[in-house]
Amino acid sequence: MSTGVFKARHAMGRTVRGLALVAHDGFSARYDLDRIKGVFSRPAHKLAGQSYVGRILVLDTAKGGVATAWMLHEMQSRGIVPLAIVLNSVNPILAQGAALGDVPMLAGFDVDITAAVPNGAEVEVNPQMSLLTVA
Amino acid sequence: MKLNDEENEILAGKAGPVPQQALQHQIKVGEFFDAEDFVPVTQAHIMADTESLGEAGVRWLEGLAAVSHGQRRVRIPTITDPRGTDFANAKLLGQTSAMLDLERRAIAAFEQLGVAMTNTCINYQTIQAPTRNEHAAFGDTGVVIYSNSVCGARSNFEGGPSALAAGLTGRTPRYGFHLPELRRGTLRIQVDYTPTTLNGWGALGGVIGRLAGNYWTVPVVEGIEGAAKSDQLKHFGASMASFGSVALFHLVGLTPEAGRLADVADEGLPVHRITKADADALQRSYHTDDQVDVVVFSAPQLSLYELSDLAGLCDGRRFSVPLLAVTSPQVKPDCDRMGYTARIEAAGGNVLSGMCFYQSYAREISEARGWKRLATNSAKLVNILGGYGYRPMLASMESCVDAAVNGKLART
Repeated sequence: MSTGVFKARHAMGRTVRGLALVAHDGFSARYDLDRIKGVFSRPAHKLAGQSYVGRILVLDTAKGGVATAWMLHEMQSRGIVPLAIVLNSVNPILAQGAALGDVPMLAGFDVDITAAVPNGAEVEVNPQMSLLTVA
Repeated sequence: MKLNDEENEILAGKAGPVPQQALQHQIKVGEFFDAEDFVPVTQAHIMADTESLGEAGVRWLEGLAAVSHGQRRVRIPTITDPRGTDFANAKLLGQTSAMLDLERRAIAAFEQLGVAMTNTCINYQTIQAPTRNEHAAFGDTGVVIYSNSVCGARSNFEGGPSALAAGLTGRTPRYGFHLPELRRGTLRIQVDYTPTTLNGWGALGGVIGRLAGNYWTVPVVEGIEGAAKSDQLKHFGASMASFGSVALFHLVGLTPEAGRLADVADEGLPVHRITKADADALQRSYHTDDQVDVVVFSAPQLSLYELSDLAGLCDGRRFSVPLLAVTSPQVKPDCDRMGYTARIEAAGGNVLSGMCFYQSYAREISEARGWKRLATNSAKLVNILGGYGYRPMLASMESCVDAAVNGKLART
């Protein structure tokens, strides 16, 4: 773990600042979340039971199917949505969902970003500069 | 992204606000993935169940459908993935009138946009399979992986908003699996057996998907003997896509781009060996109970051949727990006409159409019907339903039918 600045290869959206929720695990809104309660619900997920609302998710890879492309938009409409999503590896669905749902996103780093960012750290996601900064 | 004259006109709003908004969305996604330009697509397929859309998504669709000037309808054949219900069986599923009203609103909006409500995730078996090198914009991961791998077509995972955008503009950003260089194998797999059952193909797909781990990995599989059937590769691909977010695989000597290993993979790619024991272990890991509340055949929707097999297994049986078999609106009339539906229903089962179980408010179904322990032959379904509060179990079609009779799933 370290503080520092990390450059992403893929970036989208607004600059936001918040607390990181970190795990070396995947992400799919349909497979992993109880979107009503705003928690990770898949029992095997490393963040099972934890709230994702208003947090900057720092995870390994996009998983699962295509539903996340709609679900981020739906979650945003109810305010039960992550503040931003940061991934080692993204897929088209997460990017499409972020575009429709106005969820800032960074993906693709030279390091394992889930090992580089401490869980609970305050971080800034700056898509214009493609930078993730750990305070 | 480089835009041609037509695209610049769309972006400037000369075709109206609907295609303009669609192209703006596509440019955002294309630039995120460093796409150089757009590629024309011949058909689009939209995943848009209302559990995913919610009220917000349906209102968004209605907003597009209400636009009164410019082009509002899709430019290319654009079809839909399963809906969130089978209206004729909504009561069986414990679905509410609010869910059905939302579905009706979504359908009305799609129809105003010119979308054909095919409501199927097996369009490559029932509507029109894409051909080799055909660029398409398909939603539903199972459709994409089958089309890319078995048909040799070119599509990324296109979520609902992006697939609709492709329908409205007739193009999609050229990145990912539209690019030949990204279609080469990156993960070499050697298997020492060939599955025989659909759940066995799904379990093998799940093991490979887990190993692959992300969208950009392209498994190249050696060791499959004989000619796999469409339904087998349907379950294999759907499971691999579900477990690994994988969009393309090659089977050496079987799939169109992989006549020889050298056609799709560089020398020196390390070999990962997968055995039958690995796939069996995946299946056993889901067997967490012996009691079963419901049996579901879905994900992907069943072909006519699968329904024929199921009808044969139902003859002379009487179910003690509900058994649901889900198919497409294209297959269901033939299922009725051939008498398969009547034979499944005579045993106490139900044949549903135009939906898929996990896309139909699965959590609410569980709560309304008290269904937790679910047996299925779909590896994709067991991978998804854990997050919805189920205890899904994977077994053969034969074992699942036995479970519907006895209320118990036999250990294997």
